Amino acid sequence: MELEEELLYTKEHEWVSIEGNVATVGITEYAQEALGDITFAQLPQIDQEVEQFEEFATVESVKAASDIFAPLTGKVVEVNVALEDNPGLINKSCYNKGWLVKIEFSSSDEQSNLMNAEEYRSFLESIG
Amino acid sequence: MGKFLPRGITDGAGLPMLTQDQLKKTSLFEEHLKLKAKMVPFGGWEMPVQYEGILAEYEHTRRGCALFDTSHMGEFLIKGDVLRSGLDRIVTMPIVDMPLNVSRYGFILNDQGGTIDDLIVFRVKEDEWFIVVNGGTTEKDALHFKKYLTKNASFEDISLKTGKLDLQGPLSRDILAQFNPEVKRLGYFTFDYFDILGEKVLVSRTGYTGELGYEIFFPWEKIKELWKSLLKDGRVKPAGLGARDVLRLEMGYSLYGHELTDNISPLEAGLSRFIDFNKDFRAKEILVKQREGLKRKLVGFTSLNRRSPRAEQKIYSASNEEIGVVTSGSFSPALNKGIGLGFVRKDLAVVGEKIFIGEGKSLEAVVSGRIFFKGGSLRTKN
Repeated sequence: MELEEELLYTKEHEWVSIEGNVATVGITEYAQEALGDITFAQLPQIDQEVEQFEEFATVESVKAASDIFAPLTGKVVEVNVALEDNPGLINKSCYNKGWLVKIEFSSSDEQSNLMNAEEYRSFLESIG
Repeated sequence: MGKFLPRGITDGAGLPMLTQDQLKKTSLFEEHLKLKAKMVPFGGWEMPVQYEGILAEYEHTRRGCALFDTSHMGEFLIKGDVLRSGLDRIVTMPIVDMPLNVSRYGFILNDQGGTIDDLIVFRVKEDEWFIVVNGGTTEKDALHFKKYLTKNASFEDISLKTGKLDLQGPLSRDILAQFNPEVKRLGYFTFDYFDILGEKVLVSRTGYTGELGYEIFFPWEKIKELWKSLLKDGRVKPAGLGARDVLRLEMGYSLYGHELTDNISPLEAGLSRFIDFNKDFRAKEILVKQREGLKRKLVGFTSLNRRSPRAEQKIYSASNEEIGVVTSGSFSPALNKGIGLGFVRKDLAVVGEKIFIGEGKSLEAVVSGRIFFKGGSLRTKN
């Protein structure tokens, strides 16, 4: 299972990449594989306030729909508009071109609620 | 991410979900695992939903050639005079004057006019009928036939002896012709017996995809050989139920358990052309009455964007009234939009009507024709 070592992860299979006070968010390899071919991504509006672990986006595949949960509290400052015409980017490049949103967050404390790569790897093993 | 909510493909016949070891397996089960298929329960069987991916398998079917394991479907062999056997009264389509080597689609109905199953009848000999039914309803159908066939008929359920492969796609004819060039002469909805890999088997030019294609019936114990031989041709790719569902939905074809159930008559599902009102058949009186005033109509609808409607979602009018329910929904690669079929209150079941789907009425859609994709190779001339 491909994992990016420097990212942080949630139990709901989101990944986070931190740069300064902006977090880029996407879904992991495990999630995109389980969903199958993604056909639609419903992303929040710019400036929308989001709260850690609250649902803030939806991803649809041919056979399933899934809620995406915010990994950190903050404000949405950018969304990946490429996904509108090409949601399959999430399948093909979930850690890179298939990113979902960028969130400007205020508190670094919340990061302790997230897992590092090793912890996420163990978590994946535990859910089988 | 929230829990993965698989929707769209139900159990296939409204049957209670069985545990892993209660599910039946076709003789190609190990082959599917070897190809790394994702297996799911379907109508009491453990079937491949995808191999490479639903959209890729869809593309292969529309542009090249795909191979589906459909051995879970049921097959019956009925012998007897068409009228004295009682067969003509059991099925809704006309069969008395059916020529040999022709097949017809129709239904068997319960006493309330609801659909027990949709099926295809093949006239093999003047007094011999080969009937193909759905995988999740085989036992139910067999009981019905056995109950209403007279003693002038013999009935044999040959489902577990008969495997089936669907070879579908514009290249399917050239590919199958490598096994026997005679298949090229088959016209749409006709069949014959051909020597394929040393077995004399029924090949029918039918399918569920909207593309040129064939259903190949093969002895259950030997079908692995046919599966592997077909896949040796690099142009043939395995495809699963996920792709099959997208393909059939784009064609507006009904799926038993969704558009047709024990509680839905074929008339309500808009399929009156497969019912012969000139003959006598079980529950005819109910359908005749229904014909006078249907309250709801099965329609197709197209989402305004890529979001897909899902089965069982409610449908609302622009003025907030609940007016119907989605029976099937999916993403359509051909239209690049969500598509669906569903029942809508008759007065609003009009092409162009705006409807709103789901909780919060969040999905806006437009009632459209039932056939979403019209560019298939289905009726390629032989």
